[in-house]
Amino acid sequence: MSDIIYMDNAATTKVAPEVLTAMLPYFSEDFGNPNSIYSHGAKALRAVTAARKQIAATLNVAAEEIYFTAGGTESDNWAIKGVCEAYAGKGRHIITSKIEHHAILYTCEYMEQNGYDVTYLGVDENGIICLDELKRSIRPDTILISIGFANNEIGTIQPIGEIGLIARERGIIFHTDAVQAYGHIAIDAKACHLDMMSASAHKLNGPKGVGFLYVRSSVKLRPFIHGGAQERGRRAGTGNVPAIVGFGAAAVRAYTDLEEKNAKTTKLRDYLIEQVLREIPDARLNGDRERRLPGNTNFSIEYIEGESLLIMLDMKGIAASSGSACTSASLDPSHVLLAIGLPHEIAHGSLRLTLNEENTYAEVDTVVLALKEAVTRLRDMSPLYLDAKKRER
Amino acid sequence: MYTEKVMEHFQNPRNVGEIENASAIGTVGNARCGDIMRLYITVDEAGIISDAKFMTYGCGAAIATSSMATELIIGKTIHEAMTVTNQAVMAALDGLPNPKVHCSLLAEQAIRAALWNYATQNGMEIEGLDEPVTDIGDHH
Repeated sequence: MSDIIYMDNAATTKVAPEVLTAMLPYFSEDFGNPNSIYSHGAKALRAVTAARKQIAATLNVAAEEIYFTAGGTESDNWAIKGVCEAYAGKGRHIITSKIEHHAILYTCEYMEQNGYDVTYLGVDENGIICLDELKRSIRPDTILISIGFANNEIGTIQPIGEIGLIARERGIIFHTDAVQAYGHIAIDAKACHLDMMSASAHKLNGPKGVGFLYVRSSVKLRPFIHGGAQERGRRAGTGNVPAIVGFGAAAVRAYTDLEEKNAKTTKLRDYLIEQVLREIPDARLNGDRERRLPGNTNFSIEYIEGESLLIMLDMKGIAASSGSACTSASLDPSHVLLAIGLPHEIAHGSLRLTLNEENTYAEVDTVVLALKEAVTRLRDMSPLYLDAKKRER
Repeated sequence: MYTEKVMEHFQNPRNVGEIENASAIGTVGNARCGDIMRLYITVDEAGIISDAKFMTYGCGAAIATSSMATELIIGKTIHEAMTVTNQAVMAALDGLPNPKVHCSLLAEQAIRAALWNYATQNGMEIEGLDEPVTDIGDHH
């Protein structure tokens, strides 16, 4: 791992050493079932309760409002399906945006197939929704607004507090998918008027396979996983105790000295942006220059296709990602890049490099150099580039 | 996910570039779908493809299939080049992952587009060759 330059922190992160240390006793030593009566289980229960409190404290909410799940996708599914069922009597209209993660978009499509109406809000060229459009989209039968806190591809941060207020004033449930934001920027659930929020541990140096859904005490929510009475009867299944403990430790770690770490990461991010735009001709930054996650960069590099670029970077030990169609099963490039108005051929040539506080200036320099070489090689075999250069002459 | 052969051709693609005064050119695919393949061929007096080069915009598989396609057609007659199908290109690369099979189709179409271009310029027919669908992007 040491010779790999890892710049795909929005995809996943490594488990931090202190997080792993916190988790280890709960595999083979204190392995008891937290729902058992005997003291061995009580130890596990105490650990889960402590993790719940640790997480609740980072959001300024009550511990009883945190429900552990198997990850961000489950949390998103539960939030949407659970609210739709519980509030069907009030209405069947949902408002979301075109740039949501597929965990939201495909769940909304599923609800459409089941008789619900969904409005997909557009975004501006930087990926920010329009608050007036949101207000205009609200109907008497609107039961849920779900807007992601920060976008997973272009890192744009939405005006969550304003959206929350609009929803609260109208008595509509407001959910936010904060999988990319939680642990990376300060979130006060009360100040933002959140009713529900999804998060996932592995985006903040915690383990994979564990997430939570914050559910404000007044929100009615149908269970999604049926079975035992775990999680106050709302989410059945024996909790993944080591992972939950790890999530608590990761949350504490992430929110310790957050501002300092973010200042450092933001500076490095800005350096990366500056270098790429200086060294690579016909490249552009996608997403908002200011209102973006500290570690996110997303570029469109004209005349080349993203997957071939990723393979070339991988051959040099650099882990990155792309919104190219070839990196997914579909033929269309990223729905996010199309929603901010990029033409298909430019959206295919996108590159996402996501940093954390452990990345260095030397790594950025190495990546920019490798990127420059790879782009040159690919453009040298690109008929699009050839034709563009001929037109210029 | 790619075979060693695919990776080898991606890293060291053969016959990249343009041929000035090529006997024929075939361009297929579209930028909307993320791949464009352009194949240049030189055909000698005996009807043998003496040179072939490509320019490709696309994923790793698109570049590797382009490279392999040029290798397979060089030295063949324009009639023999019809045997270089997408299956032949795939087999020569030891296979492609399922979502990338269309890249080998693109290579076959590029060969046929170049042959068609050659045949129409020279007022001849090549057995089994129909006017190619150049924009295969819309059909898969």
